[in-house]
Amino acid sequence: MTEPAIDVSGLVKRFDGRTVVDHVSMRVEQGEIAGFLGPNGSGKTTTIRVMCGLLTADEGHGRVLGHDLRKRHLIKREIGYMTQRFSLYEDLTIAENLAFVAGLYGLNPVQSFVRDTLADLGLTARRDQLAGTLSGGWKQRLALAACVMHNPRLLLLDEPTAGVDPKARREFWDEIHLRAENGLTVLVSTHYMDEAERCHRINYISYGRLVASGTVADVLAKAGLTTWVLEGPNTPDAAKLLAGKPGVDEVTHFGTTLHVVGRDAAALKRSVADAVQATGVQGQPADTTLEDAFIRFMADGQDNMQ
Amino acid sequence: MSRYFSIRRLTALWKKEFIQMRRDRVTFAMMLGVPLMQLILFGFAINNDPKNLPAALVAPTQDHYTRAIVSALELTGYYRFDHVAVSATEAEALIERGTVAFVVTIPSDFGLRVDRGDRPTLLIEADATDPAVASGAISTLGTVASDALLHEMGIASQAAETARSHLNVIVHRRYNPEGITQYNIVPGLLGVILQMTMVMMTSMALTRETERGTMENLLAMPVTAAEIMLGKVLPYLGVGAVQVIVVLGAAKLLFNVPFVGDLGLLLLGVLVFVLSLVLLGYSISTVSRSQMQAMQLTFFFFLPSIMLSGFMFPFRGMPVWAQWIGELMPLTHFLRMIRAVMLKGAGPANIHPQMTALIVFVIIFALIALARFRRTLD
Repeated sequence: MTEPAIDVSGLVKRFDGRTVVDHVSMRVEQGEIAGFLGPNGSGKTTTIRVMCGLLTADEGHGRVLGHDLRKRHLIKREIGYMTQRFSLYEDLTIAENLAFVAGLYGLNPVQSFVRDTLADLGLTARRDQLAGTLSGGWKQRLALAACVMHNPRLLLLDEPTAGVDPKARREFWDEIHLRAENGLTVLVSTHYMDEAERCHRINYISYGRLVASGTVADVLAKAGLTTWVLEGPNTPDAAKLLAGKPGVDEVTHFGTTLHVVGRDAAALKRSVADAVQATGVQGQPADTTLEDAFIRFMADGQDNMQ
Repeated sequence: MSRYFSIRRLTALWKKEFIQMRRDRVTFAMMLGVPLMQLILFGFAINNDPKNLPAALVAPTQDHYTRAIVSALELTGYYRFDHVAVSATEAEALIERGTVAFVVTIPSDFGLRVDRGDRPTLLIEADATDPAVASGAISTLGTVASDALLHEMGIASQAAETARSHLNVIVHRRYNPEGITQYNIVPGLLGVILQMTMVMMTSMALTRETERGTMENLLAMPVTAAEIMLGKVLPYLGVGAVQVIVVLGAAKLLFNVPFVGDLGLLLLGVLVFVLSLVLLGYSISTVSRSQMQAMQLTFFFFLPSIMLSGFMFPFRGMPVWAQWIGELMPLTHFLRMIRAVMLKGAGPANIHPQMTALIVFVIIFALIALARFRRTLD
């Protein structure tokens, strides 16, 4: 059994008395792609920054790649961190940016590393373009290039695909999977459900607390939800009718269909049956999606805050 | 509401601006406090007719005539004899170092000549590198000294008019005999220009990274505080070198400023000075949160250093407390050094206090910068 790539426990981070990360414990095994999910402002970025040494935790301890969290200089050498906001130099070209990064990691000879990385990520044709003039997808590709160039053992990616088109997103994920097969560990935060499903395991954080973690199936099981899908011309009426009824926790529109989600399966079934009767819509039990589960977690998180 | 202009929208904008202003306390404090402070500071410190200037007295024989002249000179308010009865060599060193602005020499045969009824001679050497220092003091000199002497001889002031020619006062305007202001200003300008650009550029060094979001990436990579500091600061030494060449070239070509000292020594001094400036700028950068703040802090430092360093106004003419503030500026020490080397031909022995002061600044600024540098985003 090899040591986990990330093994932290009880991390707490406060800003001006406000607890942003609240006793978060997390394990990511080597070679795993771990998804990190949660609503905006839930503490994903802060947790990642603590792991890569950009922030110091107020409480808690842990190891990243076998190094104690306090040994920031050791951790920094072996991880690649991709920031949420593009943080390379816009007034430098792609090749210049990579040469700068290669220099900071002490790669030698710089030019051959830059050449290989450019070729590897298909950036060679644009090597002399200023980073500031690149589109979102190419900026993301450059940022990835900059954080994998030194062959890190762990990648921390903070919403890497925000604002990137679907094709570029797919290519990005193919790239990530390819690298994971070669033993790279990846922790990636995202808002996209399809991306969460591409991860081996997911961790869901809400208001600074880790509320669920495991495989997609584990998380769905933990949510313990039953879902009904209603279809028909009168779904808006059914939605109004169902809101607040016994057993109904969430009512969500998906195009012309309605997802009705609840924890109490029996009560939910009765409420749905009433609505079907009243509005004439078609009702069918369905698989609970991750999105349903997350919306449920989010609502729970808000309850906890009150 | 009009499409092009609306008071409501404007009011909303004003409100927002005032809220932001209130939140940014440093800026707010500076907008109010700095002009007030500078008004008070410069209003009292700057003096175009400097008085109470340090002087040395070379008088081998201390007789009553000597005492009469010395006390008369002191009564004018221009002279303050800090170094009494020094030797001619000591006096020479004092004026070269800039410790005194005047050397008054009363020859040993002065009293003898007065008693004999000969024409006694009095030598006043003034440090005229800054012409303003000497002018007021020199203009009162002849009358005051001869009046004192005649009074001491017992001649009534009515008769003094005719007897005035008895005293022969010789004035030497040292280092800058014609009193050409450029000789004083141009070497000083080198210091001011270097300070302006070096401090301002480096004060942006880190705040620019933070504002563009590149700081996060930089800190996530394995690079140390000292590396970042030197990486930011040293390129500006090159920029400084270019400025030095331009200004010294112009000093020679345009103003024909004399160059008596050792060029190597001067360049060494400039190097240490520039190093202290870039480190000062970088220190500002480590404490500022935005480029705007860095700029304001730079100016906050800049104006007093021009006013109190002896660049615009004679240093020795300022009140003592203002001189103490001046001593805290690298520019003050640099000005003394460059004037001493360029105009007086001072050697290493005479500029070593300035050199030491500049080196101390370099060390202090570097330590502040390293201590203040935030290694994390906390």
